[in-house]
Amino acid sequence: MWTVLAIMIVGIAVGFAIRKKPNLARLNDKLTLWAIYLLLFMLGISIGANDTIINNLSKLGFSALLIALGGVAGSVAMAWAGYQLWFKKKG
Amino acid sequence: MRSSLTILLFFALGVMVGIFNFAPSYIIQNDLSHWALYLLMLLVGIGIGADASALKAIKALNFRIALVPLFTIVGTTLGVLLVYLILPMFNLSDMLAIGYGFGYYSLSSIFIADIRGDELGVVALLANIMREIITLLFAPIFASLFGKLSPIVSGGATSMDTTLPIITKSSGKDYAMVSLIHGVILTILVPFLVTLVLGLN
Repeated sequence: MWTVLAIMIVGIAVGFAIRKKPNLARLNDKLTLWAIYLLLFMLGISIGANDTIINNLSKLGFSALLIALGGVAGSVAMAWAGYQLWFKKKG
Repeated sequence: MRSSLTILLFFALGVMVGIFNFAPSYIIQNDLSHWALYLLMLLVGIGIGADASALKAIKALNFRIALVPLFTIVGTTLGVLLVYLILPMFNLSDMLAIGYGFGYYSLSSIFIADIRGDELGVVALLANIMREIITLLFAPIFASLFGKLSPIVSGGATSMDTTLPIITKSSGKDYAMVSLIHGVILTILVPFLVTLVLGLN
């Protein structure tokens, strides 16, 4: 999996090199979006064809909801404490 | 926002194709998606490198602004850990990996599906879409109850684009820049944190 990160870092270097060429950057944005469309379409196909996942969708959805709520609640709690400590204007 | 709807549309279309068995089996069985992921990461990297606002965001970093993504990372870790302790649905590193999508559902779901399989990929997709929706719905309430940083950390990586308008509305224009920088930093960190935490397993 570290290969993926290495590839991304190479990408960042390439992107930095072409940052003064807005046409290339715009083309890159378009290609990125289409790569995401393609990959999520393919992910969709293999999920749709997987009966175990389709039959357990409500259970997986519930797990997802709990993880989402946990992440948001934890972040908000940290931000609340941090806001009191470092951000709130002393009145 | 328009593109996030299109992304979901493509996903839903894929699910239909899969359910009704329209896809030739070689599409399901081959390793094409692995190469497509490499391509995507290259493109995402180029996008970050070429993005002037990403560079500006990192240059504008100071102690206080750098704290905000830290709140999100530490808070998400603790929150997901708590969920794990109450109801261990998957092993901890898998659950943390899902949490470390920080709302960036397109990338994190593809990534996690590739490393850990489709089931976890679906959970990552749903959990991170939910994080975005929760933020879109509750940003104003969060801001008034828990301070002006709370809508930003709730939005996670999306605080630079899809949830930025509602965050600016809830926390005020003063916080737009903080929100943007926060989103940029988390967006860059998502692939690293996900890989790191899955590697721990």
